[in-house]
Amino acid sequence: MGPGLSAQTIWRWTAIVLVHLAVVLIWYLAVKVGKVPKFVLASPGDTVLSLFDTYPWFHNTMVTTAEIFGGYFLAVVVGVGLALLFSWFRTVENLLMPLVVSLNMIPKVALGPLIIVWFDYGIQTNIIIAFSISFLPILITTARGLREVEPDLVDLVRIMRATRRQVFVKIQLPGSLPYIFSGMKVAVVLAVAGAVVGEIIASDSGLAYLIGQVQVTLDTAAMMMAVILITLVGVVLYLIVLGLERLVVVRDARVETV
Amino acid sequence: MTGPTTAAAEPFIRLDGVSKVFRARRQEFLAVSDATFDVNEGELVSLVGPSGCGKTTLLKIIAGLFPHDGGTLAIGGAGSDFDPARDVGMVFQQPLLLKWRRVLENVLLPAEILGLPMGEARERANGLLDMVGLAGHEQKYPYELSGGMQQRAAIARSLIHDPRLILMDEPFGALDALTRERMNLELLRIWKQSRKTILFVTHGIAEAVFLGTKVVVLTAGPARMADRIDIDLPQPRTLDMKTHEQFGSYTRRIYHLLGVE
Repeated sequence: MGPGLSAQTIWRWTAIVLVHLAVVLIWYLAVKVGKVPKFVLASPGDTVLSLFDTYPWFHNTMVTTAEIFGGYFLAVVVGVGLALLFSWFRTVENLLMPLVVSLNMIPKVALGPLIIVWFDYGIQTNIIIAFSISFLPILITTARGLREVEPDLVDLVRIMRATRRQVFVKIQLPGSLPYIFSGMKVAVVLAVAGAVVGEIIASDSGLAYLIGQVQVTLDTAAMMMAVILITLVGVVLYLIVLGLERLVVVRDARVETV
Repeated sequence: MTGPTTAAAEPFIRLDGVSKVFRARRQEFLAVSDATFDVNEGELVSLVGPSGCGKTTLLKIIAGLFPHDGGTLAIGGAGSDFDPARDVGMVFQQPLLLKWRRVLENVLLPAEILGLPMGEARERANGLLDMVGLAGHEQKYPYELSGGMQQRAAIARSLIHDPRLILMDEPFGALDALTRERMNLELLRIWKQSRKTILFVTHGIAEAVFLGTKVVVLTAGPARMADRIDIDLPQPRTLDMKTHEQFGSYTRRIYHLLGVE
C-alpha cells in the first residue's frame, strides 16, 4: 500500500536474509568445529570457490534453467488449458477427470526412464519430464477454481440474462486466478525435481548431470555448489511467479500455500 | 387494499395462489403454496417466516429465475413490458462483491452485463455510492470495508441499472444487531430517496414490521402463506416506534401466526 517500503516489509526481508545467513553460519561452524573431512562436507567458502574450477558452470546452469522453465511453462499452458476445456465441456471433464486422478497416482519419477526410452535423452526430454511431473497440480487447482463460483452470484447475473461468456470473463476466470497461482506455486518445486530426475537418469549436460560427474572424483564442494545453483534457479522461478501473482491477484483473494 | 405510498389502481405485483413444487429423487417437495398478495408500486413489502418456508423460492420466482407451477403471477400490471433482466435488482444475505474489483467497479457489474452506456453508469454509480453512504470509498477493495459497508455497496449495485423492483433476501441477516438496526434506517432512507418497490425477505419479525408497509407471513412444513398484514405505522418510521403499543400488537400477531408464543 502506498509508495516506499513499510516497516513491516523491511522487517520481513531482514528476517529472510537473517535466517539464510544463520544456516550458512551453522554450516560453517559444523565444518570448522566438527572437523568434518572435506569430502564429506565442504565449507561454505570452498563451495563458492569451486565456481572457479574448470567445470562448465555457466553452460550447465543454462541447460538446467531451460529445462525447468521450459517444462514449467508447458505445464502452465497445458494445465490451465485442460482445466478451461473441462469447465467449458462437462462431458470432457466427466470423461477425463477420473483418468487425471489415476494418472496423478503414478510415481512420476518412475516414468523418467520410460520417457527417455521414448524421446531419447537431451534437453527436450528433460523438459517433458519436468512438464509431466508439474502440470497435474496446476490442472487440478485451476479446475477447482473455475468450479468455485458462488451460486447466488450466478443467480444475480442470470437474472440479467448474462451470457456464459460474460459469466466466464467477469466472474469465473478472475475468480479462479488465486487457485491457478496456488497450483503454479506448488508446481515450481515439481518442475525442478523433474528436470533433475531427467538429468540424473540420462543426460549429457545440466547441473544434476554435473553432480554425477564430479561425484566420481569426490569433489564434494562442486556437488554442493551444483545443488545450490539448482535451488537458486527454482527460487528465481518461484519469485517470478510470486511477483506475477502480486500483479494479477488482489491481496485478499490470494490462496496461501507454502 | 391500502397502498400507503402510492395507491395505484392496479397493483405492481399480483400473486394469486402461486405454488412451486421441487422434485428430487422421485420425491415431491412443496416449496411454496397458495401465495396470494399484492405489491403496489413504491411499496416496501416484507416477507417473513422461518427457514424453509419458501421465502427465497418466492423471490426467485418473481425474479424470473424459475417458473412457478400453479396460480398466476403478474408483474407491472396489464400491458406492461416488465423485464426482470432490466427491472430487477437483487441483494442477498452475502454481499457477493467481486474481491478483485474496487467498490465502484463492483457497482458497475450489472451495467456491464446489460451493456449500458458506461459513462452514464459511472456517474450514476458515484451518485448511488454517495446515497448509500460510501462516498470516498469508491476506490477501495471489498476486503477494506466492514460487513455493513459491503452490504451498502451491494445495495448500490442493485440500483445501478435503475430497476423498478428491488428483491432483498435477508440482506442484513449476517450483520451484528447494532449494524442491522442502523442498516434498517438506512434502507428506509434509500427506499424513500430512490422511490423503488422493494420486496424484503427476513426471518426477523420486528424487522419485517418496522420496515414494511405490508407484511406477508409464510409458514414452514408445509410451506404456506399464513396471512398478509397492512402495517399502519406512520412514515417516516423511527426507532422509538418499536416501543409503541401498535408495533407490539403487529409483532404479537405474527408470532402467533408462526406458532411462537
